[in-house]
Amino acid sequence: MTDKILEMKNIHKSFPGVKALTDVQLDLYRGEVLALIGENGAGKSTLMKILTGIYQKDRGSIVYKGKEVAPKNTKEAQELGISIIHQELNLMQDLTVAENIFIGREPRDKLQFFLKDKELNKKAEELFQQLNIHLDPKTKIAELTVAKQQMVEIAKALSFHAKILIMDEPTAALTDTEISTLFKIIHWLKREGVGIIYISHRMEELKQISDRIVVMRDGEYIDTLETASANIKQVVSLMVGRKLHIEQKATNPSRWKEIALEVNQLNNRYLKDVSFQLKKGEILGFAGLVGAGRTEVARAIFGADPSTGIIKIHGKTVSIKQPYDAVRHGIGYLSEDRKRFGLLLEQTVQENIAAPSLAHYTKFTFMHTKKIKKETQSYSNQLKVKTPSMNQLVKYLSGGNQQKVVIAKWLLKNCDILIFDEPTRGIDVGAKQEIYDLLESLAKQGKSIIMISSELPEVLRLSDRIIVMNEGRTTGELPQHDANQESIMELATKQA
Amino acid sequence: MSTAVIKQKMRGSAALQQILAFASLVLLIIFFSLASDNFMQWSNIEGILLSTTVIGILALGTTFVIITGGIDLSIGTGMTLTSVMTGVFIVYLGLPILIGILGGIVMGALIGLISGFSVSILKIPPFIATLAMMMIAEGLSLIISGASPIYFSDIEGFHQIALGSIIPGVNLPNAILIFFLMVLIGWILLSKTIVGRYTFSIGSNEEATRLSGINVTKWKIIIYTIAGCFTGVAGVIMASRLDSAQPALGMGYELEAIAAVVIGGTSLSGGKGSLVGTMIGALIMSVLTNGLRIMSIPQEWQTVVIGFVILLAVYIDMLRKKNV
Repeated sequence: MTDKILEMKNIHKSFPGVKALTDVQLDLYRGEVLALIGENGAGKSTLMKILTGIYQKDRGSIVYKGKEVAPKNTKEAQELGISIIHQELNLMQDLTVAENIFIGREPRDKLQFFLKDKELNKKAEELFQQLNIHLDPKTKIAELTVAKQQMVEIAKALSFHAKILIMDEPTAALTDTEISTLFKIIHWLKREGVGIIYISHRMEELKQISDRIVVMRDGEYIDTLETASANIKQVVSLMVGRKLHIEQKATNPSRWKEIALEVNQLNNRYLKDVSFQLKKGEILGFAGLVGAGRTEVARAIFGADPSTGIIKIHGKTVSIKQPYDAVRHGIGYLSEDRKRFGLLLEQTVQENIAAPSLAHYTKFTFMHTKKIKKETQSYSNQLKVKTPSMNQLVKYLSGGNQQKVVIAKWLLKNCDILIFDEPTRGIDVGAKQEIYDLLESLAKQGKSIIMISSELPEVLRLSDRIIVMNEGRTTGELPQHDANQESIMELATKQA
Repeated sequence: MSTAVIKQKMRGSAALQQILAFASLVLLIIFFSLASDNFMQWSNIEGILLSTTVIGILALGTTFVIITGGIDLSIGTGMTLTSVMTGVFIVYLGLPILIGILGGIVMGALIGLISGFSVSILKIPPFIATLAMMMIAEGLSLIISGASPIYFSDIEGFHQIALGSIIPGVNLPNAILIFFLMVLIGWILLSKTIVGRYTFSIGSNEEATRLSGINVTKWKIIIYTIAGCFTGVAGVIMASRLDSAQPALGMGYELEAIAAVVIGGTSLSGGKGSLVGTMIGALIMSVLTNGLRIMSIPQEWQTVVIGFVILLAVYIDMLRKKNV
């Protein structure tokens, strides 16, 4: 076909130790909206970063307007006519609209030194007229809504005469009316012959705006579907793909009677009306795509982010204003980023385990060292932390053992509600099993566990019950026997 | 959406602080002129302006650096080193005054260039890079001068650079004129040229600026070098006013200059600021010092009051930052 504007073929890309893309293909026509979808880590962003020059491909070819290209950086891609609008908009908040659009290309005098701002604003004005959008070139970006900022990004892309526009989750932060304005602009762009690659998790939206859907999974190209004839179930099953055999865990719901934690109408800037119960001895899984608000729930309960709502622990309403309060009420939070938030890397195993409990072992500011040593040692043995001694610096332990140190820390502090955020991130396969066993045995001992994980097989394997979130809301709850990858993905992409 | 409202507020308070600074200056002047008849005497006003010049010029230069989100601690002792080098050029080497002055300013630029190099190429955090530069400049000043002042007493006309009056018939010291000239030059650079545009852009979002294809490394070096030129000018004026290069003087000036910048409404988190604000900030500091002295408040207490003013100014800066 003559109006094919882009053809990416046999794209390969590896990072040290990881194959990010294997033999991926993608083509795009003028005036088309091509939806690109896949789970977290499917390779969508890597592919787009290669197209826009942020990464370089290892192998394969990119044919753009009939010519082989290989942009070395974003500027080169932009000059070719390939622009990307990132989810986190890349604008300078303290500069004006016009200054942002023409940054690096501002009209100057002969010396290339003095700015001609009148001309700059006039150029911006002309651009907006041409695009039929209403923006004041002299407004500072910080004063604009996210939707307007996005328009600035679109205008900036088009000022480079973009022929391909990539939009990464463009509607994530928009209201419904703003979305319909955006869609109007997209329709206009289509008529102008711009090819659009549209990354989104919102299935309904893709049905509405896209012409074709490309599905990726685990760094590979899976399939291309005509949107008109595709249905959501089919797309989701292509996304999830692998029919992994998952050990179904034998659960017995009647085992849990006592409610350990009850959350009612939790709200903050990331969350909307989150309510759920956690029973004593239960592992409650939280599933959802990145950015669904799962970590935010954990942080709100732990008092790390301000929120409103009612939190009851063992039936009693408690006020949690800061992590200190949460820990006092027996809640321990194991962050997804252990190294930043969970561990004192330059300190020993013993110091790490004892850190939150020191007050307990202190008399008149003197620490009861022997007792600390004995009790940290006992937890370390119980969890089988592999370390040459209690005086080993934590930074020298493996990921799995570091995670155990964090767990030991909260157990010593007598926490009986444990929130695990991505408990096996950065932990190798063998050690994962050990962490799984540990979580299960903790639950058996009567600890109540919330487990947040982006790995569906992990959620399915461990959880007694699963809560699915999307866009800061809970979109459903699945008892263990009803849960599978498809049912979770469907809820995870459902608009609340 | 509510974020828009918050952002609106934030912008409001940015402008607010500059208005606030100006209003405080006016209030201070009214207060002190009511408190003491001597305050509004021309000789006193001249004294205030004259004492603003050195700190003021240092503050102007460092405003550029602070808007990029950086900091420059080397300007105090850097100024000392430029005074000493001016002394070396003119007194020891017997070069013409004009060459000596240019040499001093080039020395300042060189200090800025090295700081800029450390920050943008070696990627050393600005605080550490310029702290190191501060110590290097302090040491070199003492070594080069043999730890004793270099006197310009025998150099005809050198003292007149700062204290003479170029406008016939008007008794206005040149140093004050030079200060306002530097405000004008700085203002043009910051708001009318490509340098200023990229200063704000880098401070606003360094990564986005880089992704826009701008050579951030190069521009940061240029910006630190410009700040260094201001340091050089301050060094020459200092030497001329004292008619000597004092190798032990200068440590601590950087903090007063930074205080003036902050009081003037420039945000330490970068992206926001103005040179007119810095000028007002520097004036507030000298009006305060002068007014408190006229009211016979002991020197020790003057420092305490200025300390509280800085706390207040930084607190307002942080309130603004919190809203982002």
